[in-house]
Amino acid sequence: MNSGTSEPVRDVIANRSKAPHTSMFVRMLLRAAVLRRGRAAAALLAMVVAAAVATAMLNLYVDVQAKLRREFRNYGANLILVGKDGASLPPDALSRAERVVAGRGTSAPFALVVARTSDGQPVVVAGTDFERVRQLDRWWSVSNWPVAPKQALVGVRALQLVSPNNHPFDLSFQGHTIQVTPVGTVQTGSAEDSRIYLSLSDFVYWTGVQPSTVEVAATGSPEEIAAIMRQLQKALPAAEVRPVRQIMEGEARVLGKTRATLLAATALIILTAALCVLSTLMGWVFDRRRDFAIMKALGASDRLMNGFFAAEAAALGATGALIGFVLGVGIAAWIGRVNFHAAVTPRFSVLPLVVAGSMVVTLLAAIVPISSLRRVQPAVILRGE
Amino acid sequence: MFVRLVYESFRRQKRRKLLAGAAITLGVTVATAMIAVATDIGDKINRELRTIGANLVVTPQEDTLDVEIGGVNLKPPSDGAFLNEADLPKIKGTFWHNNITGFAPMLPVSVTLQRGGKVENLTLLGTYFAKQISFGKEEFKTGVRTTHPWWKVSGSWPDDSSRDVLVGERLAARLSAKVDDSLVLSGRQLRVGGILSTGGDEDNEIVAPLALAQEILGKPQAVRRVYVSALTKPEDAFARRDPKSMSGAVYDRWYCSPYPQSIAFQLREAIPHSHAEQIRQVAQNEGAILTRIEGLIFLVTLAALFASALAVSAAMATAIFERRAEVGLMKALGAGRVAVASVFFAEATLLALMGGVLGFATGGMLARQIGRSIFNSQITIAPVVLPVILAIAVIVTFTGSAAAIRKAVELDPVFALRGEL
Repeated sequence: MNSGTSEPVRDVIANRSKAPHTSMFVRMLLRAAVLRRGRAAAALLAMVVAAAVATAMLNLYVDVQAKLRREFRNYGANLILVGKDGASLPPDALSRAERVVAGRGTSAPFALVVARTSDGQPVVVAGTDFERVRQLDRWWSVSNWPVAPKQALVGVRALQLVSPNNHPFDLSFQGHTIQVTPVGTVQTGSAEDSRIYLSLSDFVYWTGVQPSTVEVAATGSPEEIAAIMRQLQKALPAAEVRPVRQIMEGEARVLGKTRATLLAATALIILTAALCVLSTLMGWVFDRRRDFAIMKALGASDRLMNGFFAAEAAALGATGALIGFVLGVGIAAWIGRVNFHAAVTPRFSVLPLVVAGSMVVTLLAAIVPISSLRRVQPAVILRGE
Repeated sequence: MFVRLVYESFRRQKRRKLLAGAAITLGVTVATAMIAVATDIGDKINRELRTIGANLVVTPQEDTLDVEIGGVNLKPPSDGAFLNEADLPKIKGTFWHNNITGFAPMLPVSVTLQRGGKVENLTLLGTYFAKQISFGKEEFKTGVRTTHPWWKVSGSWPDDSSRDVLVGERLAARLSAKVDDSLVLSGRQLRVGGILSTGGDEDNEIVAPLALAQEILGKPQAVRRVYVSALTKPEDAFARRDPKSMSGAVYDRWYCSPYPQSIAFQLREAIPHSHAEQIRQVAQNEGAILTRIEGLIFLVTLAALFASALAVSAAMATAIFERRAEVGLMKALGAGRVAVASVFFAEATLLALMGGVLGFATGGMLARQIGRSIFNSQITIAPVVLPVILAIAVIVTFTGSAAAIRKAVELDPVFALRGEL
């Protein structure tokens, strides 16, 4: 150290020698971010926002199918179990079916006969499990569900025939008569309106007829539902398992189209977000052409320069992607809550995709200005031309 | 001088202007396409939901109870009331006729099948397959091929004026009937045009043109019920109100909204002695699904608008930041803050307008492409939206540049000119 060095410079040197030793490379990376706080923060912000939007969209895209499938289950059964050739199902059919679909859907048994009213009119009477029907057929508009034995749920059209004044009425089937009290009406706009529903225990006690149909609403992808169908067929060899084709086909179509629209939207949004990052970052790197020129004038090799800017871009990309991921998961969860009233579960499978994508975009944003600067002499840049 | 400044800036800095313009164009393209998709998605999904089947049913007013189990009708066939086939084209004369995608009349009759000396009772369902109907000047095709798209036929669909029938697949397997066989039904020799598979009760039935079923029943023009497929709006509390209790203006609003209830009401008006009702399984659920999908796409559109606003702002900020030296020079030559800012704002407006028009055009094409590849139908964007899009583009470009312009204006020209920042 020569004696001609001025006081402040000596202070700086003294300070530096006391500071923990970090490599020049790391120091340059950190100081670049700290010294131009504003610009670095803007670049990072752009990256975070882009990563957040991309994460939210990808999360939604993956999850929306499951959410919409749940909505489609409100259409009721997508599988129907019937006895072969019109025969009744075995008495334990429901419990066996229930074991197969446990946790993957709901089911309800139905038994049907044609009975006569007291004045000899034919009417279809059905026996079912009201608690299960309530879960399965949510579109039924029911004024009051029966709870006690000998209570009947009467279709709006059948009510006119059997009990216009809501008085108890008689039904007879093969010589057996039962008196039931209408406690509520059901309206669906289809066959149910002309029927009378009794609880299954009353129905079996009265007619001796076992359920002929079990309706199953199974949730899952088409493959999972096909598997459930196979398992049901195996568990109940005496029954025939039929898909309700219009529900299955309609569901597949609507889901497919919605997902395709969402995919197109996701692609557009990610493209715009990437462009936003690209223009911000390119501005930032281009702005530092002086640093670039000084490094080069001091004898930095092309490889070192490339490495420096690449490391900087990668660090920015990774940091932005991680913060953005957390934010994006939050956004997706919020959309899920607002629109589907159920949270969208975070998909960590999306994380590597977002991180890799962010790093590619940041590297691209660094490479373009650097390669255009490399052709220019450092002297020209330093003169500010 | 002002005009020349702006003009020269565009002429000399083509690269920078192109970059900023490209960002605005892309942003507006994405925004336009997403707005077009979002406004049309309800209609498109509604049409897809029609594959689940008709959502309205019209029955005779004095109809007796259906006594039907598993597609087998236990009611005497001549029993009950019928609708008149001649009234059906009036469905297309209702207020919401453009929302009615199709209808199919149904007439189940009992027939006897003679086969190898044995006689068997079967149900024959008369309906339209794809019948040409005209109402006024309007010509349209309707029938089960539109209202029941999940019905599949191996062989060929019979013509509505022919005497060919379709045999349900389970019945066909039992009878070992094949395409081109002939069946003797209630004394008539009929050709099997195809084997029908529906997954429902029709698999055990014979399906024939409506005229043939009427002839067998001996009641020309008779129809038991009509299934109507209509594009409807999700039901809300207003939809459920009783039209009789409404006052004039409220009633008009209810009548002119495509709720399932109001369309059913109009069907009742159009067809004499009829009762029209929504099929709740279909009508109720599609409202829920439609609301969910529309909500989702709406939120996604917001995200798209946000992302494109951000992209435009970022591009503008970068473009202005690169021109600090220019600002310094202008200020050194005596330009005030207002003069400098107005030059930049004029440039931003010009860029926004040009990018906006270009983006609107490409966005419209993009939306059309999305419509064609996903929904096989057109998504068009109304030209009315153009001024709105342009206004948004200008506002976003302004707000995006505002911070950068303020910074540039407040700069000390000395530093800017020395390039020390």
